[in-house]
Amino acid sequence: MGNFGKKLERFWEIFYEYDGYQRVLTGLQNTVYIAVVGLAIGIIIGTVIAIVEVLPKYKRLPRVLNGFCRFYVGLFRGTPVVVQLLVAYYVALPLLGVNLPALNVCVLVFGLNSGAYVSEIMRGGIMSVDTGQMEAARAVGLSYRVSMMKVVVPQAVKNILPTLGNEFIALIKETSVVSFVGAADLYVAFNYIGTNSYEFMVPYLAMALIYIVLVMAIAFLVRIMERSLRKSDRRN
Amino acid sequence: MIDVIDLKKSFGKLEVLKGITTTIKEGEKVAIIGPSGSGKSTFLRCLNCLEDPTSGSIIFEGVDIADMRVDINIYRRHMGMVFQQFNLFNNKTVIGNIMLAPVYLGMHDLRVKKYKNFLIRIKNAFTNKKTPLHEINTTPQRIKEEARENAMRLLKRIGLEDKADAYPSTLSGGQKQRIAIIRALAMNPKVMLFDEPTSALDPEMVGEVLDLIRQLADEGMTMVIVTHEMGFAREVATRVLFMDEGRIIEENTPKELFSNPQHPRTKGFLSKVL
Repeated sequence: MGNFGKKLERFWEIFYEYDGYQRVLTGLQNTVYIAVVGLAIGIIIGTVIAIVEVLPKYKRLPRVLNGFCRFYVGLFRGTPVVVQLLVAYYVALPLLGVNLPALNVCVLVFGLNSGAYVSEIMRGGIMSVDTGQMEAARAVGLSYRVSMMKVVVPQAVKNILPTLGNEFIALIKETSVVSFVGAADLYVAFNYIGTNSYEFMVPYLAMALIYIVLVMAIAFLVRIMERSLRKSDRRN
Repeated sequence: MIDVIDLKKSFGKLEVLKGITTTIKEGEKVAIIGPSGSGKSTFLRCLNCLEDPTSGSIIFEGVDIADMRVDINIYRRHMGMVFQQFNLFNNKTVIGNIMLAPVYLGMHDLRVKKYKNFLIRIKNAFTNKKTPLHEINTTPQRIKEEARENAMRLLKRIGLEDKADAYPSTLSGGQKQRIAIIRALAMNPKVMLFDEPTSALDPEMVGEVLDLIRQLADEGMTMVIVTHEMGFAREVATRVLFMDEGRIIEENTPKELFSNPQHPRTKGFLSKVL
């Protein structure tokens, strides 16, 4: 460890006196951006799929939609996210003739990917809400859709928030593969510092540290949100 | 008011209701008694189509609501329902529970009317025959205010106005059930359906809920009550139906049915519970 100080010095040189810190900030920004927007897209898609999956199935349309959703979930849970990224960036989008920046492709793929996972989380959450809640809402004359949106889904969200927090944390960590299609995330930034200072120990340790701090901050935020949502459970 | 004609309901192969025909007249208080598994609750839940009848008709306000093509939501507004397990919305405060349906449906109707008026205006611009617009005599703010006032009035009536902003999980069973009752009343229903309203309550809370139901009965509300409280059925009901194995075995005034049951099964049941 004698030369650790030297390594630290070299890292600091590239990080501070060079433009390293700017790249790290951009990387951090991109990482968080992909995870946040990805999760937002995922929640929207996941909610829609979950609702389709719990719809009563005696009509034809819900059955067809349900089949489609099953296929979607199977597809995105059955392949690694790296493969999805590569296929989207190098196969699907060029075939469609769409030219998107790598970052946007990442957001899209992570959104679609987490949609599949969130849908399973949401479905469990919706099924965990007592059926009496739906019946009571229907009995006062609200439609199925409104009962879902005003009564069942809000309670489901409360049940699933901790799990959704986990999904977000998983997403943050999974974004470390976006460099496969050339998007600049934390890995790219610290790799740059490593290459330029000819030593990788400090940069990679710093990268690990940033991920840990990020994840712990999210876990903390989720706990706060959870507590405020639990308001309706507390006995005063 | 409600005509039930040859109502049948099966769950898979199990036939729970085997043809029920009866009429519930305005102002009547019908109590349904019978052993568990006799189909009482299923019958009640079929009345507002929480369970879709397998066959038969339920004529409410001149419309067969058992018909799947009918928009059941419109008719459910006029049928209040109270459940054994209260089923207050856990994500809403007490007043939120009471206001949810009146505010949402009020807003919805307003939106629909505005949309229709919009179409009529377009049509009127291109034709000579002028179609009159729908009258709009309310605003979103008015709908909310009126719903809040009405909710507070109902809460005052049961003496729980200080619980308006509490969440259901902080209330006792009796309080929950009374709030569930006024939540149904907030829609100004024409008939109230009670599904064993006191069965999930601690004994000391049964009284307060029955008192409220009794008040409603005295005010002339039409009601159908599935109950195990024979004393209450005898006191409040104008007619008692005894059900067993998916059929109405006997129906009569409470006085006659309880003191002079005709059918052997009624006799057997009453001798066990009285």
